[in-house]
Amino acid sequence: MNRPAPSPPPTKPALSDRLRAVARHRMVWPALALALILIVDGFVSPGFFAIRIVEGRLFGSLIDILYRAMPTAVVALGMAVVIGTKGIDLSVGSIIAICGAVIAWRIHAGDPHFVILLLALGAGLLCGMWNGLLVAVLEIQPIIATLILMVSGRGIGLMINLIYGGTNPSFTSPLLQGLSVGHIGLVPTRLIVGAGIFLALWLLVRRTAFGLFLEAVGGSPRAARLAGVNARLIQYSAYLVSGLCAAAAGVILTADTHTSDPVSEGLYIELDAILAVVIGGGSLAGGRIYLGGTILGALVIQALTTSILTSGLPPEYNLVVKAVVVIVVLLLQSANARAAVVSVLPGRRK
Amino acid sequence: MSEKYLPLAATIAVFLILFVAGGLLYNNFFSTLVIGDILADNAFVIIAAIGTTFVILSGGIDLSIGSMIGFVGVVMANLDAAGWHPLASAAMMIAFGAGFGALQGFIIDFCEIQPFIITLAGLFLLRGACFMINLDAVPLRHPFVAAFADASLPLPGDGFLASSAIVMLVALAAGIVIAHWTKFGADVYAIGGDRASAALMGVPMRRTIVKIYALGGLYSALGGVVYALYTSSGYPLAGQGAELSAIAAVVLGGTLLTGGVGYVAGTLFGGMILGLIATLINFNGSLNGAWIMISGGLLLFLFIVLQRFLVGSLRARSAT
Repeated sequence: MNRPAPSPPPTKPALSDRLRAVARHRMVWPALALALILIVDGFVSPGFFAIRIVEGRLFGSLIDILYRAMPTAVVALGMAVVIGTKGIDLSVGSIIAICGAVIAWRIHAGDPHFVILLLALGAGLLCGMWNGLLVAVLEIQPIIATLILMVSGRGIGLMINLIYGGTNPSFTSPLLQGLSVGHIGLVPTRLIVGAGIFLALWLLVRRTAFGLFLEAVGGSPRAARLAGVNARLIQYSAYLVSGLCAAAAGVILTADTHTSDPVSEGLYIELDAILAVVIGGGSLAGGRIYLGGTILGALVIQALTTSILTSGLPPEYNLVVKAVVVIVVLLLQSANARAAVVSVLPGRRK
Repeated sequence: MSEKYLPLAATIAVFLILFVAGGLLYNNFFSTLVIGDILADNAFVIIAAIGTTFVILSGGIDLSIGSMIGFVGVVMANLDAAGWHPLASAAMMIAFGAGFGALQGFIIDFCEIQPFIITLAGLFLLRGACFMINLDAVPLRHPFVAAFADASLPLPGDGFLASSAIVMLVALAAGIVIAHWTKFGADVYAIGGDRASAALMGVPMRRTIVKIYALGGLYSALGGVVYALYTSSGYPLAGQGAELSAIAAVVLGGTLLTGGVGYVAGTLFGGMILGLIATLINFNGSLNGAWIMISGGLLLFLFIVLQRFLVGSLRARSAT
């Protein structure tokens, strides 16, 4: 007999087992958090879920959340790869500032805009190479290695602004602004760009040996090296990925405001990106890359921000709410804290 | 000279070289006035950095420093408006800082979460709390505040030692005593050097970690008090990015980021180097703020690479 007899007693544990298996799935917690936030929003502001078509594009709070979350989500995807290799990249905000400055500078120098797009991405790649050099070749602790560019990157952006000869230069670029605030058919272009980046990274991480090596190096650099993986090269490339992702976000953010503002552009985005990775189930200890979870994490952060704004609470509450969410997520992920809670709860398992 | 003093010696050498270079380049640079100004202007960062030195010596990190400085100032300003004496509110906020740090330390140890992310949550929480209390700068009007800001000791030459600099030097002396003449200090170095060995040798892990972060919180709250008194206001954006300056000061001061190696005294010189760079750039006049950021990053890079090779050579020697 292949199947067990369909008697009542086994079905009940089977269901709870299945529930438990679902509850253990890493995507469940961020997805539940997102659902909870959205449901609360639905009650607080009627018409929250309505999606209309205005001026030939999709319009509504849900689209708005996706739209605004996109730059952070892209940065967070790159961050997820770096964190997967047991690293961290604090310099992403500065990379965004540098990209913005490069874009404004080259537009005023009169380069073709497609070349400028490549130059901006190239600037991000260059920053990634610098970080990779420090971490993989000089073996400096990732937090500190990327702190160097974080501290000086905005200064570099200001210097590039000075080459062009002004502060916060603004510009117009049909191509770049089309990528950022335009739309193809009904869908905002940046969502398509974001989906493209996600797909490319997903293929890289899940369908190539490189992806396997990334997680292997994060799990145990020594073991990976003994198994014949060039751990340094893998770590190095992770920072290239992160630099490129940050540059892509930089293009979107700079074109959105069509101004290069190195001091405040992408400020604190590194913290949001790291948060998105952690909410998405990624551990800072490395070894795992959850791209889907990271996207969910970025959406949770943006949904929180949007719902604080739409609920009429002052925007100042945003940071505190964010902090509380981080702490709750971290405590949920900690075995010790869960055990403490379970032992306090009366009558539950032990 | 023992090798372990090399990073500290390098720090002091860089400070002296920068100072002499400034003196050769600009008139009126070689004066106790400049030294006194650097000490007074950077006192709050250096005080916070003293606490960070302990955290980094133990192999951890604390990102909540800047927000703590802002939060302390905002609360003190509001209590001042409610009629509290600044010393009373300062004492309360320093106790709060220690308690907040202790809580961070407890979560870090109990939940086995990286200090980076917990103190990041602390950064958000305290900065958000600042904004919830006030959005604008609130003045501190108590006469004590003005008296504190005016109090100073004359130095030989034109210079003077401002009260904030005096508080900083006292805090530094206390930090040095704690680091080198107490059991707790030895425990900090032991945990930073090798966590597993320290635990096996009977270092009380949880208690020490909690104390380390409590000390970090206490020093950043003290930094916040000094900042609030020095500027006689509470501003919700105060101290933004001070955690980076504090970490940079500790690293420039010769403390190894891997933990276990370094001196609290070095942090004073690390902070002074950062202040000296800003002063040099101000004296130049033609350079702008961008240079402060870039040169700060560059120095950080040089020091980290220097440390890297020092550690590499020490390790190579101990291996043979």
